[in-house]
This record gives sequence, C-alpha cells and structure tokens, in this order.
Amino acid sequence: MLNSILLAISITLMYSTPLVFGSMGGVISERAGVINLGIEGMMTIGAFTGATVGYYTSNPWLGFLSAGLAGGMLALLHAVAAVSFKANQTVSGIAMNFLGLGLSLFLSRLFFQGATMTKPVTEKIPKIFGKINSREHPVLSLLNMDTTVIIAFILMLTIWFVLYRTKWGLRIRSVGEHPAAADSLGISVSTIRYLCVILSGVFSGFGGAAMTLAVVSLYSATAISGQGFIALAAVIFGKWTPQGAYGACLVFGLSQALVVLLGGDKVRIPSQILSMLPYITTIIVLVLFVGRSVMPKADGIPYEKGTR
Amino acid sequence: MKKVLSSILTLALIVSLAACGGSTTDKSNSTSGTSTGDSTPKSSAAASSFAVGMVTDVGGINDQSFNQSAWEGLQKFSKETNASISYLESKQESDYGTNLDKLADQKSSLIWGIGYAMADAIKTAASQYPDKTYAIVDNSYGEETPSNVIGVVFRAQEPSFVVGYIAAKTTKTNKVGFVGGIKGDVIDQFEFGYRAGVAYASKELGKDITVNVQYANSFADQAVGKAIASSMYTKGCDIVFHAAGGAGIGVIEAAKEANKFAIGVDRDQSHLAPKNILISAMKLVGKAMDLVSTQVKDGKELGGTTQVFGMKEGCVGIPEKNPNVDQKVLTDAKVIEGKIKDESINIPYNKATFDNYISTLK
Repeated sequence: MLNSILLAISITLMYSTPLVFGSMGGVISERAGVINLGIEGMMTIGAFTGATVGYYTSNPWLGFLSAGLAGGMLALLHAVAAVSFKANQTVSGIAMNFLGLGLSLFLSRLFFQGATMTKPVTEKIPKIFGKINSREHPVLSLLNMDTTVIIAFILMLTIWFVLYRTKWGLRIRSVGEHPAAADSLGISVSTIRYLCVILSGVFSGFGGAAMTLAVVSLYSATAISGQGFIALAAVIFGKWTPQGAYGACLVFGLSQALVVLLGGDKVRIPSQILSMLPYITTIIVLVLFVGRSVMPKADGIPYEKGTR
Repeated sequence: MKKVLSSILTLALIVSLAACGGSTTDKSNSTSGTSTGDSTPKSSAAASSFAVGMVTDVGGINDQSFNQSAWEGLQKFSKETNASISYLESKQESDYGTNLDKLADQKSSLIWGIGYAMADAIKTAASQYPDKTYAIVDNSYGEETPSNVIGVVFRAQEPSFVVGYIAAKTTKTNKVGFVGGIKGDVIDQFEFGYRAGVAYASKELGKDITVNVQYANSFADQAVGKAIASSMYTKGCDIVFHAAGGAGIGVIEAAKEANKFAIGVDRDQSHLAPKNILISAMKLVGKAMDLVSTQVKDGKELGGTTQVFGMKEGCVGIPEKNPNVDQKVLTDAKVIEGKIKDESINIPYNKATFDNYISTLK
C-alpha cells in the first residue's frame, strides 16, 4: 500500500514537471497580455537543444540552460510578431509550434547523421538523492525524484513572489489588465511584454529539457506530444496564477498516475476508458471546484498607443 | 463574450486532447516538414530495364526504423540484380498520392508504399495506373486486394514468442511485463506471441511465470511509457517487453533507472541502453522488400495477394549479438527458432488463438 502511494506520488511529479515549466511560461506571458499558443513548439526546441547539448558536452545542466536559451529565442520571434508588429497572437503562436517542431527535426538530421532522434545522453539531470540502489532502499528510491521537480517548484514560488510582491510584478499585471493605464504612468508596455514573452519561451524550453534530460534521456520526434497544450489548459484551469497552474498540472499528473496504477491486471477497466480519466478529471474539477476563470483583460490584444 | 470564448476554447482543447491522446502518426505527420526538399527522386545504381521506386512514410528516409530498413532492403536488391531504384520522401500524408504519381510517371515498374498509412493512396494509384505493380508494407487488403497490388505483412508473433521465451528463462522474480501502445491487431501479435513464449518456457521450467500487461494508449507519450514500466518494476517484474513506439523510449528509460531489463522492438534497440536491453524482437522490412522485389522482377505474378513473412523467410527475428542474455538460454532460443521455422509450434496472434494455445499447452 505504502509503495503504491509513493509510486503514485513519484509518477505524478515525474509526469507533471515538464507541464509545470510550460504552464509557468503560459502564466508569465498571458499575465503581460500576450497569448502564447506556441508553448508546445518552444518546449520541443528546448527538448531537442537540451538533449543535443547534453549529449555533446556530457553536462546536463549546460543542456538545460541551452534549452531555455533556445526556447527564449523562438519566443523572441513570437514577441516580434505579437508585440512589435501587432500580429494575431493565435496565428503567430501556432506558427511557433510548427517552427519549433520543424526546426528540431531539421537540426536533428543535421547533427545526428540524418536521424530524427538524438543519441542518449551519458549524464542525465541528477536525482535529488543521487544514485541509490533500489534493493537496499526501496522506499527512498521511490521518493528519489528528479532535481527538475524541485526547480519547477521553486520557479513557481519565484513567479508568484515576483507577480504579487514586487513592483515588477505589479507592472506586468497592469500591462496585462490595462496597458493604456500602465503606459500613461510611464511603463513601457512593449518592453514588459517582450520580456515576459521571452521568459515564457525560456521556461517552456526548460520544460522540454526536463522531458529529454530527466524523464527520458534522448530527443525523438514524439518527445513533446501535446504537453504544451496541456500546460496551456493548466494556465486557464489555474486562473492565470502560478500557484493555480501548478496545482492544475499536479491534478493532471495525479490522474495520469491513477491511470497507470489502475491499469494493471487486477482491475478490469478497459484501458481506453481509463486513459480518458485525466481529461475527465480536469473537466470535473474545472466545473465543480475552480469556478469562473477570468483571463487578464488585455490578454491577446495588441497594444496600440493612444487607445483606451 | 471573451470569457465565453475562452471557456469554449479550453473545453475544446481538453476534449480534443482527450480525443487524440494516442494519435502519434498525426503528430509526426504535421511535424516533419523540414527535411531537405526533393521533387526529383533520388536514384542510385545504373540504369536497367527494371526500376523500383518507394515512397516513404512521413518519418523520412533516415527514421532509424521502417523507412530506413526499407531503403536498405532496396539497395541490397539493386546490388544483387542491378535494377535501378529510387525513393521519394513524404512530408505529410497529402504527399503520398503526388509521390506515387511521380514514381509512376518516372517509369518505375514496381512501386512500394511504406506503412499502412498509405493503404488508401496505394489503392487509388493502383486503379489509376493498372499497368504498374504496387506493393505496400504492413497492410493487407484481404479479399479486396486489387490485381496489381501486393500486400506485405509480418508474423510479428514469432520474434515476440522467442523474446518471451528468453524473458521467461532469464527472469529471477518470475514476473515479466508487456507494455503495448494502442490495442489493435498489430500489437496483439506482439502481446500474445510474447505471452505464449513466456507460457511455453514456464511449462518447460515447471515454474509459474506471470505476465503483467498494460497499454499506454499512446505511441508517443514517453512519460506514460516510463510510468507504466516503473510501476511494473516496482511490483516485481524484472523484464518488460514493449511494443509501443515512442512511448517505448520511456519503458527503456525506466529499465535504465531501475537497473532492470527491457526488450526492444522492430529493430535492435540495444544502442539506446546497452546494459539494459535484454534483446529485441525485430521486423526486417527491407529483407521482405528485397524478396518481393526480386520475385516481381523475375516475372512472378504476386499481384492481388498478401505475402506474409516470418522467421522461415528470415524477415523477423532477434539480433545476432545479445551480450545480456545467458549463452545457454540463447542456445535454447535457437532450438525454438527452429521449431517455429518448421512450424511445429503454432504461435497465437490474438486472444482467441492464445486461449486455444494455452489449453493445448496444459
């Protein structure tokens, strides 16, 4: 029994961590008023860059940071389109998804002799207790989660602190709610938006790397398959707050863990029904417990100087 | 209005995610728009009267899987027979038809489609060019095979039986696992072949070895694959066989972390985790294509039939080098391979045949 509970916790955390990074990216960007539908693509380029740099340097941390950088660079493109050129943010975001995936596959073929898959990295991001023998410490080994789990949690706390306890956070939120008012008080709307969108890409990139450097150890074409969109749903689910989005990711991870644990041979539930569980749980929790979710007022609307 | 819109969007997102939780092919389809473009086929080998062309699936020619194996098979065929060969890469599903047309225009006499996703495209092309011969890997049209189309399928249950046998003889905990992608006829071959192999070996050993079976309901989600395998290893399995495509990468990762064994699929996957891949159940697409192409070139009428390839034809099997398997077990496995080849073991490929098999075993 204890083992099952611990296993559920470890699966929940493993599954939700890449989602948490992605959803933190979604929160920071949308709080500043820019919808980022390109999280999936930014996670993908991060996943690829992380695994590739990790493979060539044998240093997972360098891979992790480069992943953030790559995600940030892709996000910069989104920022240019969405903030400077006031393009439709939905379209631009979706374009980022294609670009992220396409670029990753293209570069992968370039670096790995035409293969759409990187080679496994020799060093993964370490676990919190390092390498321990599962036979000697069965309980401890179940609790031995990836360091990225902790990083994701700290990231959530940091974003919460910045958004609600600092001047910068107030500026970000005001730009997302009422950019004209913020502008009239001398806040540069486009600077804040640029910054937030780029950060959003950096976090998403981390999320991708959390997948390819911690959950598994290589990048393949299906490494990121829908996580970015689940992260976006988590943002809305969590009412555009970092703590809410974090919770939403955990709920999603937990229901995924239940699917895995209930899907063994003992319980006779068709696996197709079981695999709907995460999505059904999400909808039920959304309807029953979360209630009305209000997006930032200026979310998705390009800011034109002089408009009210 | 905006709120309504956003909530509808959320729901749509969630629902669509639920709906396509397992659509891996779609995923890779929309993605691979980047490989080096090619509107002219890449050809090799000197000109000869017989030309064979192939159209890849969206994975591209270097996918380290089916397409690559297919092209290697054709290259071998070309070396043996001096026929000219060429391929066209598909970037998305809509390319299938165009690529097939191009090859037909370029005087290929035999045109291959790689993967069951091309079933409809091949059928359409075959009716448009009745004088050409078409062949498709991993698809059988059954009774409705057009007279100029050859279906090529594999008895994946055979290598699965062998790896199941090896797993049962290697396990120390008497518990092994199977992780499938999405349940269906093809994955059933792997699952029931494997379970039959385990049952066969347990009878031989006089032991009771259980098989945990679980489906990821996805060929893409590596985290789910890893979670399932981790839970199997925690529950005492020490060997897990996967037939789950990309999700299987997660299974192999779980084996690495738990320091247990995983069994690879489709090709020798030992390079992914040299210490933790016990063995792989291989499907040699290229070999089958070489065989079929040679027969067609020699004028054999195969159109309208479905060709089934297995161990006897050398188109499925296990890798040659398996350092993680005990030498004695490998020798025993060779005997089993022999029995499969001379058909003295009838290997089940779905639930009904499996139940039947188990009852004969007792």
